[in-house]
Amino acid sequence: MSKRKMENTRLPVGECISQVQEMLRERLCHQQLPDRPEGVEAQHKHLLELLKRTAVHGESNSVLIVGPRGAGKTMLLKCVLRDLQEEKEAQKNLLQVHLNGLLQTDDRIALKEITRQLHLENAVGDKVFGSFAENLAFLLEALKKGDRSSSRPALFVLDEFDLFAHHKNQTLLYNLLDVSQSAQAPIAVVGLTCRLDVLELLEKRVKSRFSHRQIHLLSNPTFSQYLQRVRTQLSLPDHFPDRKFALDWNASVETLCEDKSVEDALRRHFNSSKDFRSMHMLLMLCLSRVSVAKPGIKPADLVEASRMSFADAKANMLHGLSILELCLIIAMKHLNDVYEGEPFNLQMVHNGLRAPAAARAHPTGRQLFGQNSEGIPADETHAGPQSDHGGPAEVPTMPHGRQAVGHVGVRLAVCKRLDFTWTFVCCVLCPARQ
Amino acid sequence: MKYFTRLRVRRVYEWRGKPLSFNRKLKTYEYGSLAISVEGLPRTTVIKTGQHILIEGEDEDSPYVAKVIRLFGDESGKQKKAVVQWFVRVSEVPLSKRKLLGREPHAQEIFYYQGRSCDDEVDAGSILKPVQVTHLTGEAPFPDSGDGDTLYVKLSWDSKTFRVLDSALVHSELAPALSPPPCPKPSLPPSPPCSPPAAAPTSRGATWRALPTPDLDVMRRAAQGEVRPSRATVSAGKAFAAEAESLHSVTKLSASKCLSAKRRNNSARTPGVRKKLELSNSEKKSMISEDILSQLLDEELEGKSAVRRLSDSPPQVLSFPHSLTPIRKPHKAPGALGTFPLRPSSIVLHKVSLSEGNSPPSPARHDSRRATTPSQKKEPKTPKEPALGVLAEVDNEDSPMLPVAVTPRSSKRKSAQLVSSRIRKQLNLLDNLQDLNSDGEDEEEFVPSKKELQSSSEEEEEEAGLDSDEEVVFKKGRYPAAGSRTPQSKQRTRSSSRTPRKTPNKKVTPGTPRTPHRAVPNIPSRSLPARQPANVLEEARTRLHVSSVPESLPCREQEFQDIYSFVESKIADGTGGCMYISGVPGTGKTATVQEVMRCLQHAADVDEIPPFHFIEVNGMKMTDPHQAYVQILQKLTGQKATADHAAALLEKRFGNPAPRKETTVLLVDELDLLWTRKQNVMYNLFDWPTRRHARLVVLTIANTMDLPERIMINRVASRLGLTRMSFQPYSFKQLQQIIMSRLNKVKAFEKDALQLVSRKVAALSGDARRCLDICRRATEICEHSAADPSTTGLVGMSHVMEALNEMFSSAYITAIKCASLQEQLFLRAVIAEFRRLGLEEATFQQVFVQHQALCRVEGLQPISVSEGLAVCQRLGACRLLLLEPSRLGVLQRVRLNVSQDDVLYALKAD
Repeated sequence: MSKRKMENTRLPVGECISQVQEMLRERLCHQQLPDRPEGVEAQHKHLLELLKRTAVHGESNSVLIVGPRGAGKTMLLKCVLRDLQEEKEAQKNLLQVHLNGLLQTDDRIALKEITRQLHLENAVGDKVFGSFAENLAFLLEALKKGDRSSSRPALFVLDEFDLFAHHKNQTLLYNLLDVSQSAQAPIAVVGLTCRLDVLELLEKRVKSRFSHRQIHLLSNPTFSQYLQRVRTQLSLPDHFPDRKFALDWNASVETLCEDKSVEDALRRHFNSSKDFRSMHMLLMLCLSRVSVAKPGIKPADLVEASRMSFADAKANMLHGLSILELCLIIAMKHLNDVYEGEPFNLQMVHNGLRAPAAARAHPTGRQLFGQNSEGIPADETHAGPQSDHGGPAEVPTMPHGRQAVGHVGVRLAVCKRLDFTWTFVCCVLCPARQ
Repeated sequence: MKYFTRLRVRRVYEWRGKPLSFNRKLKTYEYGSLAISVEGLPRTTVIKTGQHILIEGEDEDSPYVAKVIRLFGDESGKQKKAVVQWFVRVSEVPLSKRKLLGREPHAQEIFYYQGRSCDDEVDAGSILKPVQVTHLTGEAPFPDSGDGDTLYVKLSWDSKTFRVLDSALVHSELAPALSPPPCPKPSLPPSPPCSPPAAAPTSRGATWRALPTPDLDVMRRAAQGEVRPSRATVSAGKAFAAEAESLHSVTKLSASKCLSAKRRNNSARTPGVRKKLELSNSEKKSMISEDILSQLLDEELEGKSAVRRLSDSPPQVLSFPHSLTPIRKPHKAPGALGTFPLRPSSIVLHKVSLSEGNSPPSPARHDSRRATTPSQKKEPKTPKEPALGVLAEVDNEDSPMLPVAVTPRSSKRKSAQLVSSRIRKQLNLLDNLQDLNSDGEDEEEFVPSKKELQSSSEEEEEEAGLDSDEEVVFKKGRYPAAGSRTPQSKQRTRSSSRTPRKTPNKKVTPGTPRTPHRAVPNIPSRSLPARQPANVLEEARTRLHVSSVPESLPCREQEFQDIYSFVESKIADGTGGCMYISGVPGTGKTATVQEVMRCLQHAADVDEIPPFHFIEVNGMKMTDPHQAYVQILQKLTGQKATADHAAALLEKRFGNPAPRKETTVLLVDELDLLWTRKQNVMYNLFDWPTRRHARLVVLTIANTMDLPERIMINRVASRLGLTRMSFQPYSFKQLQQIIMSRLNKVKAFEKDALQLVSRKVAALSGDARRCLDICRRATEICEHSAADPSTTGLVGMSHVMEALNEMFSSAYITAIKCASLQEQLFLRAVIAEFRRLGLEEATFQQVFVQHQALCRVEGLQPISVSEGLAVCQRLGACRLLLLEPSRLGVLQRVRLNVSQDDVLYALKAD
């Protein structure tokens, strides 16, 4: 009774806010697995069945989980493993080996890691591992000794599977897949990759040993599903300590999602990328703005967060430039137009600054940027390239400076081609200022 | 001393006397005896017909035993041959046949060989030394006097069964060999042999037993048997007799002095061994057991008679004066001892006399250290693994079957023998890899068991008071657990902490590379049993798994027959040959060869063909082409060696005429991976079969048909020969038959469904693995849809279609369909730009311009450069686009990884 009361008692707002932050951050930063995978139920079932057969029946299998980055491959696998562990039979039996192509960059390291994770190094006592060849023979012998009915099944998870295909001779893959296709210790090889053409990377003898099971994580959510997902990600669960606060919060989330500007921002995100990870990043930005003074996410927050995440990094760099640096960029733009994208050197840029035309342009540019450097709207800067190729007729009134700024991305690339760094440009040009 | 041990033995073989007869047809001279002398040393050994000899084994460590029947040479005298009657050691009997013996083989037991697969003509140059062989009747117990150098014959072995040896025949045959008195033991000096070190002479047996360990030094020393008294044991007591003679003259010395001197000799001769013995047994040295005494006395008498008889026993002719004088002299004039640097024994004697004066209580030990240092230092330099050298010592010390058991611990000897024999048995069981060569007696075998042996011996010493029966039980209980936990290391630490005096033992072991693969690697066994298939579909799935071994291999009958007859003829003829087998993956190449081997093995078991070795290496299962040598050697002999050394050993094994060699069948899978720049691995593999004595059949498997032409240089391709076989991809009928035979009456598939699968796979690759995998997947799909009551429970067309779609359909189109709007727009922009340029490549900058235009057309807000780059990278990560490294920014070039039609199709379908 008292507990119930406790639950219903109003906590101070600060307490609530910190609770909300903690809860949602856990959710958004993938520390907590969802109760059930959304949108990939079929794949979940398939994988679970497959691994269960390995764990319970001792049937060797191999499978690839393919999907674009952020599609939830690891999440799916983790969910499956969690569900698998709930089954007593599987939990007691299954050995797990987790490898990552980015960490185990060659077979030698991978073999050591496998031995370590299988706890086979106990069998050799404190022996520091011998040669690569010994290691391989050791592991193969260990796997060979097992058989379907008596040895514990082992699950090999190969994250970034495509990178393993770049190892010399694909020895590790061949051997793992060979074990999975022969009457040795039962193993399941699960590869995670974002490359759709991963099978083409495999040598044909390796490919032949792979079972060709692929689980594609290519979900195609509609915008309403996407919106729903935003809603569920932001709403508080029923067991939140302060019921009243939770209801308020959920109501505010509801209104937030119905807001037109919010919908526009989210649609823009949706158009850009359907994966949930980028959405989580956006929501994370909003969440960080929640404070005691502002208990709740306002549409403006989300729009601002969206603006931040879409900001052009190159355009942002221009904000911090000095007048002279901007002038240099303008001069470079001229040269780029003159030479049609061919590289040019610093001397030419310097000459361009002194040239009468540029000299005239110089004060103009200064004037321009003196006024407008505060906030050049992003969409306007992007008019630049358009004008470049679509011809000057489209933007006849666009002054030089504007155009130059729009091309900053191009200019920077040119600079890189010249092997200049910004600091180098500035240092060299310091005397020129005097 | 060390110079002797280092010396490479060069033996000189010479006929003694005139040829007895001349064979005109063959132009050979028959001789009665052969003299072997070691270069630079005056003593010679004489081998006569009818005498038993040791013949160089193929791996140096297990000399063969044989009896000389004839000796003959050619006119020039360059070629010296001997016709012999072979005896086999227990270790040479295949493991599987050993149980036919029905009892524990005696350590010194050999069998009269009646098989036919052995060449009975050997090169005289391979004869090492004479050996003592005694024939025992069937019931007679083995004398357990612990003579290490006498071998006993009881039974004959004809590669299938053991038979009681016809004693009449053998006696007549053995008679000449028996004529020399069986006097393996040197007699002790007349002085009372009652001091503790009296055990020393018997430990010579131990040093001899240590011989077969693959330590080159030991082997070399062994070969010098005539020079160095400790080795003389093997020459049937000749040298012992000589030494005994010398010691007779020293009766003036006190008994203890004399004996310690003798011991000194021993320890100096085999320094490592001796040192070990003393260090570990030092406490027990003081123990005097009655039976040793009596035994020694007996032996002494025997030895004396031996000396007496020596003069008239022809096979034991010795050049006494040479060997005796140097030893005798020092005793006459002890002060001048050191002046005979060429005589190891005399030097040692000198040292003893010096050290005795200094530290009477433990002169031997003190001295042994000094004496042993050189050889100890040298050990790591020996080309073979030092572990083996050390092992020899350990073995010696431990295995109580060896005569070392007669050392002061002899009261425990029998029990210890029992224990160790059991240990060996266990180890044999544990060791799956060894097939023919393995046996308790086989010294290579000791490599893996070393730790165990050592620890057990330590324990034995520790628990000296323990009842022997208890000990046996304790050990037996311990071994089964060896797989999962690590008893060895635990025990080591325990025993070492308890007994500090064993530190030397410990010191030795860390230096030796403990071979990890011998540590019984094992995947732990499951706590719950695997569930058995419950219904028809599960049963079918189990049968369809590629790993399940089919009852027969359908559709490869012709290939099977060809390979079978090829290998069978080679084995039957005792010749060698190569065969190259090619075919795309999943056409049953390896499976067929293995099936052939199973059949041949069966045929060999029922004795239709001579027995053979089968070895399998896989190019993919090694890290480097040169590892092939290591793996072959290891599977052949169990030896471990570096690649270079293994190559040398194999070269020797296959290159030299070795008597009694079985045919070896070598399967090299994934041959193309053995390619090296100089192609020496492949060259050797194909060259060995062409050697006259190799008896090697090499079957090679690779994927490509024209591999020999494409990657092999001429001399390699030529050696590979033209025996080729190509496995064609399976046709749909064959695939269907394969599935049917696998299913074997389990009714799980509709007939049409099977035909669809096999036709589809046959059209694509003809890969049986793929076919089986698809069928397996189809059963899963069927199982999922089993809830639907309309289905028949059989795998039907729809299920198979679904499985085929899953496995064969490309994900690209789905991926494009599932891409976000901007990604799709970008792909369109790419195509538009390609069309504009007329090229299949464009920079990001160009594409981005198109993209902006498309955005406007679609009524979307144009995206920023950063966002555009991000979209581009995402498409690149999926490999829908091929990108240059992203550091190039807007200048990176973009290409499509899918056909434009596919992209347009996918986008239109939206």
